[in-house]
Amino acid sequence: MAEPLIEARSLVKRFDSFVAVDGIDIDVQPGEAFGFLGPNGAGKTSTMRMIGCVSPVSAGSLTIFGLDPRLDGRDIRSRIGVVPQMDQLDAELTVEENLIIYARYFDIKKGEARRRTSDLLDFVQLTEKAGDKVDHLSGGQKRRVSIARSLISEPELLLLDEPTTGLDPQARHVLWDRLYRLKERGATLVLTTHFMDEAEQLCDRLVVMDRGKIVAEGSPRSLISQYSTREVLEMRFGRDRNKEHLDEVEAVGERVEVLPDRLLVYAADGEGVLATLRERNVVPDSALVRRSSLEDVFLRLTGRSLAD
Amino acid sequence: MTLTATTRSSMVTRIIPDVLFDVRRPQRLIERSVMVYRRSPMVIFSGFFEPLFYLLSMRVGLSSLIGDVEVGGRLVPYAEFVAPGLMASAAMNGAVFDSTMNVFHKWKHARLYDSLLATPLSAGDVAVGEIGFAVLRGVLYSGAFLVTMLALAMVQSPWMILSLPACALIGSAFAAMGMACTTFMRSWADFEYVPAVTLPLFLFSATFYPVSSYGDWSWVLQLSPLYHGVALVRAANLGEFSIGVLGHLAVLVSVTVIGVAVTARRIETLLLK
Amino acid sequence: MGTPAAFRVAYRDLLIYRRVWKANLAGALFQPLMYLLGIGLGVGALVDKAPDSASALGGVSYLAFYASAIMATTSMFTAGQEALWPMMDGFRWSNAYRAMISTPLEPTDVVTGVAVYFACKTAVGATGVAMALTLFDDTRSWGLVAAVPVAVLTGLAFALPLTAWTSTRDSDRSFPPIMRFILIPMFLFGGVFFPIEQLPDWLEPVAWAAPLWHGVELCRGIILDSIGPAKATLHLLVLIGFAGGGWVVCTQTFRRTLRP
Repeated sequence: MAEPLIEARSLVKRFDSFVAVDGIDIDVQPGEAFGFLGPNGAGKTSTMRMIGCVSPVSAGSLTIFGLDPRLDGRDIRSRIGVVPQMDQLDAELTVEENLIIYARYFDIKKGEARRRTSDLLDFVQLTEKAGDKVDHLSGGQKRRVSIARSLISEPELLLLDEPTTGLDPQARHVLWDRLYRLKERGATLVLTTHFMDEAEQLCDRLVVMDRGKIVAEGSPRSLISQYSTREVLEMRFGRDRNKEHLDEVEAVGERVEVLPDRLLVYAADGEGVLATLRERNVVPDSALVRRSSLEDVFLRLTGRSLAD
Repeated sequence: MTLTATTRSSMVTRIIPDVLFDVRRPQRLIERSVMVYRRSPMVIFSGFFEPLFYLLSMRVGLSSLIGDVEVGGRLVPYAEFVAPGLMASAAMNGAVFDSTMNVFHKWKHARLYDSLLATPLSAGDVAVGEIGFAVLRGVLYSGAFLVTMLALAMVQSPWMILSLPACALIGSAFAAMGMACTTFMRSWADFEYVPAVTLPLFLFSATFYPVSSYGDWSWVLQLSPLYHGVALVRAANLGEFSIGVLGHLAVLVSVTVIGVAVTARRIETLLLK
Repeated sequence: MGTPAAFRVAYRDLLIYRRVWKANLAGALFQPLMYLLGIGLGVGALVDKAPDSASALGGVSYLAFYASAIMATTSMFTAGQEALWPMMDGFRWSNAYRAMISTPLEPTDVVTGVAVYFACKTAVGATGVAMALTLFDDTRSWGLVAAVPVAVLTGLAFALPLTAWTSTRDSDRSFPPIMRFILIPMFLFGGVFFPIEQLPDWLEPVAWAAPLWHGVELCRGIILDSIGPAKATLHLLVLIGFAGGGWVVCTQTFRRTLRP
């Protein structure tokens, strides 16, 4: 196995008395798409900022490309690309100028910067917007410019902090498509997300974070099989009546979660469970059987839903 | 021992901003500003006029009311006396505007510095780059002012060419100080206090009347960085340099160095946390 | 009877002003005081030393000459700046004026309300300057009381035409040039620092056309008791003309912008 690109041991980030990251271990291999999954405030962004060398490590060890951010921050930063959570594009410049000047920050020659800019605008499908001011772009287009900009230095590692938060579904799919292509080309991606579908789509391997700690680790599929069942039956009985049939439901499902608006029953065969319940005169207002997702993994691990 | 060597070099860069070891990186920020202003040259161009209006107003108005004033034992028309003061003040005002309002906007609203720090640029590079552009713009205006003085035959000595580096130094001192102060500002409302500093400096730095007019209070002038700048430009205009010039230079250089160091440190503590 | 419509409009601006008036007044006083000391006293000492300066200034000290003009310039800057960015905020950024005309208020009420607000704000500033001028023997006179409404009128003579301009703009791009090429030159060449007779002959008529010069002359004449009724009436009429004309144009442009 190759030497890991990122290696963290007992990594801690403290802000005064608040512990944002509480002793995590991570290894990210070259060519991997690695995800941090967790709700807001789980410590994902703090971890990303430490990896990006814009936030000092409070305790523990962290190496990127085998280098120490404390001593070689500049060298590390010159080899990574960053897509921040909020777009930090240069509003005073055009799309094209944004990319060119960003290349200059990496000391890339002007001619080369121009060549890469036109290639990357082509890649993110924004060639016709090259001369537009960034302000005039939509949210999804801005995010694509951010991604193009992060790639201008041909980084060995790409950090994406919540790449699709705040985008509409169509824009998200366009973005996923571009990221998937990057992945196919062998780029190493590290991303944070609180969207289960995003993690399932893009990540080879992920860690689930909650309150600064890693609570589970693995591929999306293995996490689901380890912490959930194949299917989930969602039932609604109407307000305040979800708990009335709890005993009967618990008797047939492997595990039951009571949420304010619905009951989740974990089982290998959701339809079978629903049929059995109907036979026993437990008839919900509505019922839905779906495949288990990372959302269920998170609920199982933390007792909370991710949307909180 | 390579380990101790790297540790020591990083200790050094913590104390002296490592920008001193590579001046190419801050240039990238100047490149960015040039890129921005290339599209709106009027913003730069219209800045030429304010100091010129002041100069002309002094010439047609006060100078004919006042006549000549005595400077260093020789009589000089008032307009020629006041011109170096206006030139130095213009360098101050330009630098302060660039390093306060403009920097605050880029810092808080455009989040420019956050994205710069994710690249190989460091906090010191950002500080020096931004201050560098403010100085460059200031020198452009000073140059135009000098040309106007020449055209109006108000330049007294060929040494006046040295007023350009002097104005660059005034600009860098005030830009460095302005940017350092800006890192402490919380909202736009705090900028109300900027004129509370620059206006008294403008009026009371031996700009409009000779040091002798201040009488027993002339020591207060020493506290004004602008006074030291005015003194330099005035010395250049007369072509008369004394040992005191070194003192004026030292004050402005120190203010610049302290301003840059404070700015770099503040960027680090505020943005790299 | 309810509150007049224009006062309901001014009320909004005064609410905002109430929160910042202390800092605002301090700023409005600080600047003229600094200029009084720096230019009035400092440069004044040089001017008064020159042999024939007194005759050029109409027989008064430079301090009296300059200080009596400051009431008008302070109003110009206060009201003038108010007519730029804060107006733009009401029209384009926070859309407060747009919100107003969806109530029973009419665009004309908004214009008058804005004028009332300008008048209140400049009155506070002018009163402050008048109090500062009582500190100096040369300018202490009952004329200061009469000069306050003149200063307010000078402010309106500036701010209302400027407001008409602002109400037709989409962005604040033209504002710095307005400051640089209109307000500052008037301040420097409009008879504040020196009598306009010293201007080159071709420039003198330009100063006559500037509202500031009329405000300055009238304030100065009243404070120093050096103006005849005919001249005073003329200056007053010009100021009223600028302010009234500005109001009329505003009613048109406000309507066009707010109810396109």
